[in-house]
Amino acid sequence: MFRFHYWLERKAIGFALAIVLVASIGGAVEIAPLFTIHQTIEDAPDMRVYTPLELAGRNIYVREGCYACHSQMIRTLRDEVERYGPYSLAVESKYDHPMLWGSKRTGPDLARVGGKYSDEWQVQHLNDPRALVPQSVMPSYARLGRNPLRTDDLSNHLRAMRAVGVPYTDDMIANARADAYGQAAPDSPLAEGVGKRYGEATNVRPFDGAPGVLTEMDALVAYLQILGHLTDAAHKTVATGQ
Amino acid sequence: MIEQLTTIERQRALVLLLAVTFGGLFVLIAGKDEVLGIHGALIMLLSIAAIFYVLAGYFAPEPTAPREDSYYDEPAKAGILLAMGWAAFGLFIGDWVAWQLAYPSLNFEAGWTSFGRLRPVHTTSVIFGFGGNALIATSFYVMQRTSRARIPDQLSPLFVVFGYNLFCLLAVTGYMMGITQSKEYAEPEWYADLWLVVVWVTYLIVYLRTLAHRKEPHIYVANWYYLAFVLVVAMLHIVNNLAVPVSFGSAKSYSLFSGVQDAMTQWWYGHNAVAFFLTAGFLGMMYYFLPKRAGRPLFSYRLSIISFWGITFLYMWAGSHHLHYTALPQWVQTLGMTFSVILLVPSWTAAANALLTLNGAWHRVRDDATLRFMMVAAVFYGITTFEGSFLAIRAVNSLSHYTDWTIGHVHAGALGWVAMITFGSIYAAVPWLWKRESMYSPRLVEWHFWLALAGTIIYVLAMWNSGIIQGLMWRTYNAQGTLAYSFIDSLIEMHPYYIARAVGGLLFLIGGLIGCYNVWMTVRIAPPQLVPESAADYPEPTVPGAAAPQAAE
Repeated sequence: MFRFHYWLERKAIGFALAIVLVASIGGAVEIAPLFTIHQTIEDAPDMRVYTPLELAGRNIYVREGCYACHSQMIRTLRDEVERYGPYSLAVESKYDHPMLWGSKRTGPDLARVGGKYSDEWQVQHLNDPRALVPQSVMPSYARLGRNPLRTDDLSNHLRAMRAVGVPYTDDMIANARADAYGQAAPDSPLAEGVGKRYGEATNVRPFDGAPGVLTEMDALVAYLQILGHLTDAAHKTVATGQ
Repeated sequence: MIEQLTTIERQRALVLLLAVTFGGLFVLIAGKDEVLGIHGALIMLLSIAAIFYVLAGYFAPEPTAPREDSYYDEPAKAGILLAMGWAAFGLFIGDWVAWQLAYPSLNFEAGWTSFGRLRPVHTTSVIFGFGGNALIATSFYVMQRTSRARIPDQLSPLFVVFGYNLFCLLAVTGYMMGITQSKEYAEPEWYADLWLVVVWVTYLIVYLRTLAHRKEPHIYVANWYYLAFVLVVAMLHIVNNLAVPVSFGSAKSYSLFSGVQDAMTQWWYGHNAVAFFLTAGFLGMMYYFLPKRAGRPLFSYRLSIISFWGITFLYMWAGSHHLHYTALPQWVQTLGMTFSVILLVPSWTAAANALLTLNGAWHRVRDDATLRFMMVAAVFYGITTFEGSFLAIRAVNSLSHYTDWTIGHVHAGALGWVAMITFGSIYAAVPWLWKRESMYSPRLVEWHFWLALAGTIIYVLAMWNSGIIQGLMWRTYNAQGTLAYSFIDSLIEMHPYYIARAVGGLLFLIGGLIGCYNVWMTVRIAPPQLVPESAADYPEPTVPGAAAPQAAE
């Protein structure tokens, strides 16, 4: 073995190729099967895609680096299930490009935060976290309520998501901008299309409390309120004890 | 720097810089309505400034002495100075965000100063800015001396150093403006990632071309590690960053992978960024500078073979230990845990090889803070790799994951191992590179050493405490069988440890600033006594095997 190495270490290209070969094995064995073994991701026929407004909110969550302090992955441990809800399933982040499972909980897990608090609570908390939780160390995000949401490129966002495998229809892509407005303005004629394209259970509300202007706050709260509600699969698994 | 180039090389540099300027212009036009446009303008401004710099030296006389008789050290010098600059910046940001977690109003309510945006600024500045520049600089230094060959090209190593720093700058300024992929340690967006591929391929070519010119038949151990660092980081970077941009005028892209496959790919990348950036590269540094500074041959050539291939093979399996008890299939978690535990063998082999090399030179460790930096680094390498294998055990991980224990572990490695070996190597290399008798002030090196060690220990102890307390509080039940503590209860308990951590970080930062001052004074102020050059300063072998640290066998 050492004799072979004595020969190999005199060949620069051979040595480089040996490194690439030896270093490729682990990833090939662990990653490639995740794309082929069917059981890796559970079946969930009711799983829906993010609406344009929720996707925009998710992009704000990414932009602000919320994932640095909040995980979105409830582990299969008793205390986590009791604290946060049913443990996370692979299917629940099927449309997450990239995933936001996180690695650190300076704040609590958010995988099932959707519906846990009212829109008003979320908005107030984002505006001034310490007004609601005095010991919180979260930064204030009041500026999101002042920033109008950019919507002119939402169709492009949906198209890029479709390119990486999310089943957005042509109809959804064409109406992305209108649906973003409609989801935060329940009384407007645009609201109807949202339910038609994304399901009647979709939250259609003036998320930041001001229906007139579409802000980044609307988008982020719409995203937070859908977390854990894209499919019911996690609740069913626990109920049937599978 | 320019006077070292021939006229034709100066012309090539100008053409290259013009091409980059037009690239920046293209990005500026394509992204004029977006934050991307700001990056286009930044690229343009920097390359135009570089053009003026080249033009200012354009009519200087050409180099007369035959360059082949000496090593080409300008890129290494530039890289070391840039590394120290990034260290000061990255450590400052790190300490700032540490204080923010104790006193949240210290972000002054601006968008770019919030924890979420500054955290990747800190990690990228210290890992890629400080660590990456130090690796590139020392690899240029080491590969020439251990190969007894000058880098065969003048321009491409400069392109590697400055191109790489452009990448770091785009990354860091991007996060502050909200441009991020959110993948930890792979946050830069698609256009910066593509640029890094160009730089990195050039780096590999420079490395292989220098090795091809070598006059030593054997490739020295340090080069194995540097080579593994260059090759595997390229592989990881390309696979993990596959993405579809929203449009050519948009900085935003969507990752090709989603959910569980994305998580596995990300931590395959993330853990092996630890392995091949923060371990292999710095082991390369250690295998050259530690024996050289101690004046001892490497303890065992065979141990270095075992540890090198062990690390190269085993690390790639270990990433899934970041995903215990998650939605990742259990068979992958089990594989990750198993290989993580086995990984202790090659890790401790490397640490032991380093420490045993010091046998016969321990009096120098006592007297020489530079060598002591490297010794302590090897000790921390041993401690951190043990802790890493321990934390990868599923049951331990159920407590430690998501807590500050992980942060403590990372900083034991980053401050205790990576930064210490780098500062030690830089203090060794700076007088050699600039032909000085010694550093400007050996006393300041001592100060830096003790501040860095104290800062690291305070930091790591604070995070061990806070992490274990957090993990225990989250899983504590009361007599009624319900959870005893709310989440905010655990956060309140963290407060004193967050202050202690920030103090530890401050000590480490002050040490780093002292280091910057000392390096700067050595370069600028110290009297340029021309130290008689050692045999190592000539590429032509005089007495074969005399200069480069050779294997004991």
